[in-house]
Formats: sequence, C-alpha cells, structure tokens
Amino acid sequence: MLEAAGLECVRQQRVLFAGLSFALGGGEMLRVAGANGSGKTSLLRILCGLLAPQAGEVRWQGAPIQGLREEYARHLVYLGHAPAVKDDLTAAENLAIACRLAGLRTAAESISEALARFGLSGAALVKRLSQGQRRRAALARLALSASTPLWLLDEPFTALDTAGVAMLRGLIEAHIGRGGAVVYSTHQDPGMAATRVVELVVA
Amino acid sequence: MLDAARTVVFRDLLLALRRRSDVATALLFFLIVASLFPLGIGAEPNLLRAIAPGVIWVAALLSSMLSLSRLFAADHADGTLEQMLLGVSPLGVVAGAKVLAHWLVSGLPLVVIAPVIALQYDLPQSLYGTLALSLLLGTPVLSFVGAIGAALTLGLRGGGVLLALLVLPLYVPVLIFGAGSVDMASAGLAPDGQLLLLAALLVVSAAFAPWAIAAALRISTE
Repeated sequence: MLEAAGLECVRQQRVLFAGLSFALGGGEMLRVAGANGSGKTSLLRILCGLLAPQAGEVRWQGAPIQGLREEYARHLVYLGHAPAVKDDLTAAENLAIACRLAGLRTAAESISEALARFGLSGAALVKRLSQGQRRRAALARLALSASTPLWLLDEPFTALDTAGVAMLRGLIEAHIGRGGAVVYSTHQDPGMAATRVVELVVA
Repeated sequence: MLDAARTVVFRDLLLALRRRSDVATALLFFLIVASLFPLGIGAEPNLLRAIAPGVIWVAALLSSMLSLSRLFAADHADGTLEQMLLGVSPLGVVAGAKVLAHWLVSGLPLVVIAPVIALQYDLPQSLYGTLALSLLLGTPVLSFVGAIGAALTLGLRGGGVLLALLVLPLYVPVLIFGAGSVDMASAGLAPDGQLLLLAALLVVSAAFAPWAIAAALRISTE
C-alpha cells in the first residue's frame, strides 16, 4: 500500500536521513524509532505529504502522493505531535469537526461512544482537561477511523497512562487485524510486534 | 466539499463566540481610532466632514489588520491547521471558509457600526448608505488579501510587523475606491463607478485569494 523510495530529509542544512526506502502492506505495522531530533516527526510528515522530501518519493498504491493530494487524504489518518484539539471547544465538538473535515459521516452517538471508550465525557471544554486527557480526546478519532486504511501516528503513547496505552494498543492491533497499515513513532518500545522497524540515527 | 466549508465556518464562529474578547478588541480598536480624530481636531464640522471617509476607511484597514495575525496562527500552534491541510476537500475551499468566518466576525460589525462613527464626523445622513455599502464590498477584500499575507508570515518571528508591511500596500486600491465612493456621494455625484470597482475587486479576490492562501499555507507549514 505505502511505499517510500530513497527518501532524504534536510532540516536546517542538516541531513536527517538519506536513502530511506521501505514498503508497507495491509496488515503491517511500521515502528519509527530513534532519539530526539533524529527526524521521526519529519519522516511522518513526509509520509502524509505535509513535508516535501529533499529527494525520493512516497507512493500510495503505486502513485506518487503529490499527485493524489485529497485522494490520498481520504485514505489516511495522521495524528501529529500536537493533539490538534481546540481549547475552546468540547472534546465532542472537536471530534465531530475533525471527522467531518476528514470526510467521515459520524452520528453524535458514535462520537460520544468513541470518547467514552477513552474515558471522556465529551461535554467539558478541552482547556479544562489534562495533557493525557487531551491526547485521549485526539486518539478517540482512531476509534471512528476503522475504515481508513492507513494510520500515521506521531508519538501516540506520550502522556498516556497505562490504561490509555493498553486502549491504544488494542485499537492499533485491531486495525492491523482487519488489514489496515499503521506507522507510528516512539522512542520507547511499547511491546507490540512491529512488522518493520525503521531506526533513525542522529547524524 | 461544501460540507467542509460549512464545518469550518461553523467552527470558527463557535470559537469566536467562546472567545468574545478577541472579537471585541478589533471592534473597539476601530471605534477608538476613528473617535480620536474628532477629539484631536476639535469642533470644526467642515474639516471633519471632509476627512470622514478617509479616516473611517483607514481605521477599518487597521482594525482588519489587527485580527489577521491570529487567523491561522492559533490553528497552526495547536495542530488543527495540519488536519485541515490533510482534509479531504481542497485546501482552497477550507481557506475561503476561514476568510468568510473572519469577515463575518471582524468585517461585518464594522459595516454595522460605521454610521455611529459617521455621526461623530457630522456626515450627512444621505451618505450613510454609500459608506455602509462601500464597507460591505470592501472589507471582505481586506480579509481575502490580508489572509494571503497571514498565511505567508505564519510561524515567522516578528510576523505581525512583516504582515503589516506586506499587506497594507495591497490595501491601497480598496482604500482609494472605498473612501472615493463616499467622497463622490458627498460631492453630489453618483458613486456607482467606485462601488462597481470595489465589487470587481471583491469578485477577483474571492476567486483567486483562496488558492493563493492554500499555496502559502502549504509553504509555511513545511
């Protein structure tokens, strides 16, 4: 499904990685490992098309993603470094808006159900939530994205407690089980058997 | 596609409603700047009447500038902008929707309170219609053009000042035709020509600015 060919990333005149190639099929999981500043976030941003690589290209089902744009966006969920939730909206409003922008039609019940799975009520403004709860509010989107084949998750385990980590692992494993593909970055090993591991080294 | 646009407009209006102080700041700024001139110049009705259109328009430009720097910056900081970039509808549509929401919150109120300002300048009541109409046509252009600058300066240090330097020169045609239309009307001539030119500017900017904003956003979020 997802293919990276000879990716090179340069940030602030520093080569973070070069000649990075891999392919990821349905039902496979890729873990991006590496120390802080090794380019994990940059790699994920390149994979979702937010950042253009210095060299090489990313292909989705054989076609370069630059040409696909919205077509590619339909097939992926990217959860970035920042939780992407608005402080002045409730968790439920945030999730509903994120789903509609992603082209998912979701009923109000399934939204509150997804939030409830992550132990959130949905009625409180996000600014009253803790870091971990914000992260949960962002991750709740995954519970509604079963039909989206590719998940790109940047440090999804940060700020989560053990119950949250278990919850997320369950979601990821279920997604792999139904033939989806997951790319996630982390600097600690969460104990999931990844099909492939890309280890980035600080140059 | 329209669904995404509606979602973004709804979202931004809801956010504005939750943070009313932000909206009030720009509006109060407009009110205060426009009120300083009559206080500074003193009771000289003829002079005030002559400078009114220009001063009201300049105050509108500055107040529109004031709220622009926040247009994308907040969404950029909390990561929601990235999600919009990765949305399934074209980014231009989302950008257009954001500009529309910005205008509804910061431009439309100016149109509504302009007659109150005009009162301070002893502008004849017959001119209120032209003034409001020129603002109604001109302020969306300010939002569209300004949003291009806001997208380009996103994430830069000192972006606010740079934004002003970048955008204010581009506001000049709007200022000329906007203030000019009220001047024409006060001289007893038909302001149609100026208003039609403003309408033309609006059509052109509404058609092209969203795509320029989209391209600028892609560059500055890299």
